[in-house]
Amino acid sequence: MNGRFVRLAEQSRPTVQLKVDGMPIEALQGDTLMVALLTQGSALRQSEFDPGRRAGFCLMGACQDCWVWTRSGERLRACSNEVREGLDIVTTQPEAIWPLRG
Amino acid sequence: MATARLSTHRVVVVGAGPAGTRCAETLVAAGFKPILIDENRRDGGQIYRRQPEGFTRDYATLYGTEASKAGDLHQSFDRLRGQIDYRPDTLVWNLTPGQLCCVSQGKHSTVDYDALILCTGATDRLMPIEGWQYAGTYSLGGAQIALKSQAVSIGHRVVFMGSGPLLYLVASQYVKAGAKVAAVLDTSPLSKRIGALPKLLARPGLLFTGMKLLAQLYRAKIPVHLGISPLQVLGDAASGVSGVRVRTARGETLTVECDAVALGYHLRPETQLADLAGCRMRFDEASSQWWLAVDEDGRTSVSGVYAAGDGSKIRGADAAEHAGRLVAMALLEDLQQPVNVGLRDEQRHALAVMDKFRLGLAQSFPWPSAQAKALPDQAIVCRCEMITAGELRRTVSEKGACEVNRAKAFSRVGMGRCQGRYCSQAGAEVIAAAAGVSVQQVGRQRGQAPVKPLSMLTEEVSP
Repeated sequence: MNGRFVRLAEQSRPTVQLKVDGMPIEALQGDTLMVALLTQGSALRQSEFDPGRRAGFCLMGACQDCWVWTRSGERLRACSNEVREGLDIVTTQPEAIWPLRG
Repeated sequence: MATARLSTHRVVVVGAGPAGTRCAETLVAAGFKPILIDENRRDGGQIYRRQPEGFTRDYATLYGTEASKAGDLHQSFDRLRGQIDYRPDTLVWNLTPGQLCCVSQGKHSTVDYDALILCTGATDRLMPIEGWQYAGTYSLGGAQIALKSQAVSIGHRVVFMGSGPLLYLVASQYVKAGAKVAAVLDTSPLSKRIGALPKLLARPGLLFTGMKLLAQLYRAKIPVHLGISPLQVLGDAASGVSGVRVRTARGETLTVECDAVALGYHLRPETQLADLAGCRMRFDEASSQWWLAVDEDGRTSVSGVYAAGDGSKIRGADAAEHAGRLVAMALLEDLQQPVNVGLRDEQRHALAVMDKFRLGLAQSFPWPSAQAKALPDQAIVCRCEMITAGELRRTVSEKGACEVNRAKAFSRVGMGRCQGRYCSQAGAEVIAAAAGVSVQQVGRQRGQAPVKPLSMLTEEVSP
């Protein structure tokens, strides 16, 4: 499947380059991570409780169904974080990192 | 004396939507400098959400019939910026008497208050349907945010399903923006709307706007079905939504192909912070859900804690602006400050009219509680942790859990990462039906801190 989301307007914004699971993708400045990922793919992450793929639900930071991670393990809500040049996103949950372990 | 009090009295407003903005504005006019904390990066709340920097659509395109109200609110906020202590991108995740716990960009801090005004808004009210966990099912409000804030459609062929005025508003916004709308499927029958006309006529302009939206959909040849019963979102775990199946008012099975569903049944209030503050709640019979118990002007049952907007009573954005002004005046009055009585009466009068209208809306687009009873056992109630209606029913039949918090402890429905926002009301209906009691009797899910998940990497900042 190509993108799940369809762009309808505002397409002349400058582009931003980022990586998703190691692959370079191009997004537009002002895109949320969710829009950057779902205009080019059909899902954001794997459900932890069943074989289902998930693509977010509420888009207002309430459902927590759109979590993705940076390469360094920081968890981001894809609906409420904008793309930044050079972001390195992973869509599978990394090992739990305890802050005290350094 | 009065001046000294003003400068030392710490007033915190939570939420920068229509209620929070008008509240802050009224406080500033009275000489206060409130702290305004908002979870969003920009003001406007959900309804008047601003598009990101660099987007160029004008107000008419973005907000349609509500363009001038959105513009007024944003301009009012811009004028306030230097006169308030505005803290965007900040989540209030817990509170104790006199102190809020906040987190912003991974940093935790506390904010002390003497008076707290909660303008926390609402989220979509959801009733599950078999298959709603498939990727491509979005909340109706979410579908609107995609368009308004990001200029995207949630899919190539979108079905709008549920009930309430937002269903028609968002569907028509999608059509206008050039998205492909496959169908609008409303669970409420036309007869309800006709029965509610006397109440809806309290706001003839708004009623007319609603009729215009419907006319636009018909003109665009969008299939609109009233009085449907949702049966299933079709699709599979790997690729997501491929269609919806419903029973029409005439009893026929209708299947509509689509790759996205926008689902919603009007709104539910975000009451967690008020709940943590110990504010009393009350069951609203008309909408069949728990609201915050507030007096006419927005005082909660806890001294020093106030509330306005959809976070206390679901009455919509226009009402939220009036309630925001009114709640600020309630605080002023409680602090023995002068209050513009004429302005206060205007707000009260406007709200009385809107109350009548909202009863008409509740009657026109009823919450479909019977659907919960009819949910097949294999249908998912909790999307977060994939817990079925059957599992929830067994907590009632096998463990005797006839109260929602007890059923939550046994089943985990309401314990997932959305913290019950999208499942607990339907869950309560499932429990009530299984126990053979009213939904009011099974109670409501208690608010828990943190009101949203915090990152393990959150750092404490010393004050």
